Amino acid sequence: MPDGGNVAYYYDGSFDGMLCCVFESYAAKEIPDEILPPEALQATFLPAKAIVTDKMKAERVRKSIPEKMGAQAYDFIRHAFLTNIDGKEYRLLLFIRLGFKHGPKVMRMISEDAVYTLLKAVRHLNNESHLLKGFIRFSAFHGALVAEIEPKNIVLPLLAKHFRERFPGERFIIFDRTNDMALIYEPYRHRIIPASGVELPEPDEAEQKIRELWKLFYNTIEVEGRYNPKCRMSHMPKHYWKYMTEFETPGKPSPCRAGTLKNPSGLSLPAASEDNSEDNF
Amino acid sequence: MFCGKIIPVGGRFVDIFDKLKILTDAAKFDVACTSSGVDKSASPGGIGNAAACGICHSFAADGRCISLLKVLMTNVCVFDCKYCVNRRSNDTRRAMFTPRELAELTIQFYRRNYIEGLFLSSGVIKNPDYTCEQMTEALRILREDYGFSGYIHAKAIPGADPALISRLGFLADRMSVNIELPSQNSLELLAPDKSKHSILKPMGYIKNRISENSADLVRYRHAPRFAPAGQSTQMIIGATPETDFHILNLSENLYKKYGLKRVFFSAYIPVAENTLLPARDTKPPLLREHRLYQADWLLRFYGFSAGELLDEQHQNFDPVMDPKCNWALNHLELFPMEINRASYEELLRVPGIGVRSAKRIVRARRDGSLDFTVLKRLGVVLKRAQYFIVCGGRAAQGLRISHDSVLRSLLSERELNLYNFNRYPESEPEQLSLFGNSLNAQEELQKCLTGEM
Repeated sequence: MPDGGNVAYYYDGSFDGMLCCVFESYAAKEIPDEILPPEALQATFLPAKAIVTDKMKAERVRKSIPEKMGAQAYDFIRHAFLTNIDGKEYRLLLFIRLGFKHGPKVMRMISEDAVYTLLKAVRHLNNESHLLKGFIRFSAFHGALVAEIEPKNIVLPLLAKHFRERFPGERFIIFDRTNDMALIYEPYRHRIIPASGVELPEPDEAEQKIRELWKLFYNTIEVEGRYNPKCRMSHMPKHYWKYMTEFETPGKPSPCRAGTLKNPSGLSLPAASEDNSEDNF
Repeated sequence: MFCGKIIPVGGRFVDIFDKLKILTDAAKFDVACTSSGVDKSASPGGIGNAAACGICHSFAADGRCISLLKVLMTNVCVFDCKYCVNRRSNDTRRAMFTPRELAELTIQFYRRNYIEGLFLSSGVIKNPDYTCEQMTEALRILREDYGFSGYIHAKAIPGADPALISRLGFLADRMSVNIELPSQNSLELLAPDKSKHSILKPMGYIKNRISENSADLVRYRHAPRFAPAGQSTQMIIGATPETDFHILNLSENLYKKYGLKRVFFSAYIPVAENTLLPARDTKPPLLREHRLYQADWLLRFYGFSAGELLDEQHQNFDPVMDPKCNWALNHLELFPMEINRASYEELLRVPGIGVRSAKRIVRARRDGSLDFTVLKRLGVVLKRAQYFIVCGGRAAQGLRISHDSVLRSLLSERELNLYNFNRYPESEPEQLSLFGNSLNAQEELQKCLTGEM
């Protein structure tokens, strides 16, 4: 393996951009000490090398990954890219280099730190997205369903299929407040767009009634003789409670922030989106 | 003939809030709230899917998962089972959903992602057939009028006509018949209107329909599906004198004879003053229930049989030691096990190795022999497992393996005393908080619920 080149790469933050960093690492026969997304550029003292995203280079790496280390590893890399761990690009570079060297076996090389760290991060991502399938709460506004989440990882791409299958005939939006993204669905297509600080309207009377019924159910279903708040907390950690109807404080329907959409062309609330862009997500 | 107090059913005296409160309160002691066992997505123009792994939508303050809208159709009941809050002689408010308002409520909750579906049970109003018809109508509206493909768990009403139960089964994903109490004697004593026969009959009927249906499905891919997520049951623990050994054997037989997916246990919470029942201030035997669930997992996923875990001489589980650990300590001649050679079935018997980590071990050792560091990364709970395994002939550093030394390291002093006398502590009756330093109760409970131990 080539030496650390005493150099930091920075790239545009896209998956293709990350693949181009891999390409550069092989082309220049070096392993950078860091790979940084654009917003972190100021944070390094190392000489920085700008990696320009080149579709051709990205495509070459993208094609060779499943060929050399299997479809499962490619899938894993896509998922790992959605996680929030520090230095995920650098770890992914090490993982991919290991994969080119050892083949599909790389998925099981957990004694390698790069592999194990990514494996744990992907497990965390999958776990979080599974929990959110249950904990997400929608509100009905003029016939469209709207939800907010504050996930630790980027989970919207993983949630899309589940909610499409659950509500094929509905229009819905899930706002990701952590990553300023939104999953927008209308029959029968969805896309993920950048979106920040959209204010949700106040619930109308019908919506409020259903929320009250749910809170009533939630509070009644508990068996007092078995009160066990610790057990509840371990299954449903508190940071999920923020947007859950059953924990809503009376008089303050939902925590929301004022703001505008980054992408005013696609989306207008509450009437959901008129999907007229070419976005292929 | 139905009795009870004032029955403002469907009238203007009770609004939907009252009904929901009364009929949730009356259903909350039912245990099964799982939404697992079937994978499907919404039909064209419809709403709802289901995931085989099941999805929890919330957790109540008692730590139990909320997956389904768990309510009764009505809490009016002609029966007088002494352990039941809905018994005829209990002076309580009664209500009944109309099929349409229940379906509407389910859909409204479902759209907002509050729930994965509906769990519908009922008191027996007028007679079992009438009750069954009301439930069927609610499910029919959901399935046909709303095109709902989400999860439905329906209770079969003992004594209802098989044709009605069959109709219910084609609308539901899972069906269950409560076995209620673990023996015929206890049933006679506490549930005079029910008998072993009246409970096992619908259970057997459902089992047969499920197996007929799977034969049909082989021949006709689009044959309607009968309870595709299978059948389950539940029984009350601690209201009657049966031992764990008796209960575990009963569960094993139910799994074998009736092909049940799950047997649920419900720690008895006193709801009535009756000389035949435990006193009103008795704490629910939560730890005992927990041990039974652990053993239940060992039966279903770990290849254990009831007779291995308990026997005539040891009729009850140890309060401070989980059944698997207990089994291992009584079979030290089989340990330590060589991780790099033991079969999958053998690995499953090591405390601290669960189904997932056993599978990972089997896969990982193809690439080379494993050491303790890798085992930890594979998810093995070394804190327990280290006493029972060796890697490449070597034990974890500084360990001496004997019955006593293992006990001393796994249990606190106090627990050790309890273990030696094999009894539940008197001062703090059967609370999980019992586990202090050595066994983390939270961790253990989590494992119990996720099925790893």
